[in-house]
Amino acid sequence: MSIILDHVNYIYGGDTPLAVRALDDICLQIPDGQFIGIIGHTGSGKSTLVQHLNGLLKASSGSIYFNGEDIYDRDYDRKKLRSKVGLVFQYPEHQLFETDVFTDVCFGPKNLGLDKKEVELRAYDALRKVGLPDELFYQSPFDLSGGQKRRAAIAGVLAMKPEVLVLDEPTAGLDPKGREEILQQIRELQKKTGMTVILVSHSMEDVAEYVDRIIVMNRGRVMYDDVPKEVFRHGKELEEVGLAPPQVTYILQELRRRGLQVDTDATTVEEAADVVMRALQYVT
Amino acid sequence: MGIIKAKDVTFEYIRRDEDGNVEGLTTAVDHVSLDIKQGEFIAVLGHNGSGKSTLAKHINAILYPTEGTVWVDGMDTSEEDKLWHIRQTAGMVFQNPDNQIIGQVVEEDVGFGPENIGIPTKEIWERVEESLKIVGMYEFRKHSPNKLSGGQKQRVSIAGVLAMHPKCIVLDEPTAMLDPRGRKEVIRAVRALNDVEGMTVILITHYMEEIIHADRVFVMDKGRIAMEGTPREIFSRVEELKELRLDVPQVTLLAYELQKRGVGLPDGILTAKELAEALLRTENV
Repeated sequence: MSIILDHVNYIYGGDTPLAVRALDDICLQIPDGQFIGIIGHTGSGKSTLVQHLNGLLKASSGSIYFNGEDIYDRDYDRKKLRSKVGLVFQYPEHQLFETDVFTDVCFGPKNLGLDKKEVELRAYDALRKVGLPDELFYQSPFDLSGGQKRRAAIAGVLAMKPEVLVLDEPTAGLDPKGREEILQQIRELQKKTGMTVILVSHSMEDVAEYVDRIIVMNRGRVMYDDVPKEVFRHGKELEEVGLAPPQVTYILQELRRRGLQVDTDATTVEEAADVVMRALQYVT
Repeated sequence: MGIIKAKDVTFEYIRRDEDGNVEGLTTAVDHVSLDIKQGEFIAVLGHNGSGKSTLAKHINAILYPTEGTVWVDGMDTSEEDKLWHIRQTAGMVFQNPDNQIIGQVVEEDVGFGPENIGIPTKEIWERVEESLKIVGMYEFRKHSPNKLSGGQKQRVSIAGVLAMHPKCIVLDEPTAMLDPRGRKEVIRAVRALNDVEGMTVILITHYMEEIIHADRVFVMDKGRIAMEGTPREIFSRVEELKELRLDVPQVTLLAYELQKRGVGLPDGILTAKELAEALLRTENV
């Protein structure tokens, strides 16, 4: 049970002089239950990549296997694939449209052809999972705050009961607390349900804090694919492609340059504090 | 009087349900007074819904106060005949660069504003050149905006405002949609505006590390100014900021964490350099 991308290429405008290779020979294996971060500068191919995972875009060449089945197979049920791999786009709250939150979340499962009771159960469950309080269920989605709207929109995807949840920049434009709340909820959800979660993000601090594995995209290729600590070791290379390790990594490097014997591997504030404490004790 | 002055500004709007019946009154800005001097770099923080964007929209007369008065360079924003002048004095840049760019070519886009106020052609071109140089986008003047990265587009938006020769520029979360490099480019351009051009800058953001160079920080909550001070003063109040759904830069947070573990450090450390120096000092004690 997993997603396998086997030499996937994607070319925009293939028969025109403006052809762009957006994905270049991608080979990836995504086992069940991982929390993965995909990072890359604007235009590096990360959104193109995730849109392949649920068949929204079809590779120009190469194969994608979902749970062992080739999704480009003639009789493969791609509609079902879309309910298995849930995609939450950037600014998903722009897709809210119903008169109240609950009906909005029902829209997806209703379209799967489930009976009313099951639809409502799923909607209720999804709204609980994203931590939206009951009293908001029957409010207009447009009266909610930015963070609440976004959670309502994520619930709409969760109600499809996906096995894989892909979130494209779920925290863009939210205040720091809102960012933390959403990411913590996603982490809890991931732990509780064992769902595979793929987080596309520009925030290295967020990625460092939450994910088990980072895939770095550059010019349509996978540049690094490793645990956060290992990926962020390549500070210079990341900067060259418009990214950066989390701020704490820079801080530790600066401390080291100035003569404090710290390990510069830490990627979260908590880890950095441990490292500095150790360095201080070593001195005294 | 400063370039921007607000006295007891309140902004209320009526919430209506679908049928247009009144549901209630929301006070988005609540008795705010402030005085911003020419050349200051002001940062505005606040959680989603704290009223910071609503307040910002008062500065170039997109919104008018329900009560109180806003003056831009001495002009009362509620005086309709001053509207054009006010908007030229205080330009605004928004979050999404794609919503702000209209031209097919970068230089055309930047020239759009001055063209609309009837600037002679020769001067338009001068302004376009000058503005694009300030934001470091001159070499892209013949490009199509579609092909630019987010940070580049946002700098073109800023150039478009600069071409109007404003005295003050308001940026409402200009980096929210950008990758790290784009964020860095935009913030660098904004700082240059302030440092080199002496322009008054009002920067609204959710990224704490972008504002450590500001002269003053306003923190908004429930439509009011909840905290005001230098970045150092503001970031010394870690717990209060967290209660307001905000944060501090990671270096400040690291120093705070170390303080909690018993390391003697001063409050409000803003840079890695300061932290290193302070830590080395504690070691020698």
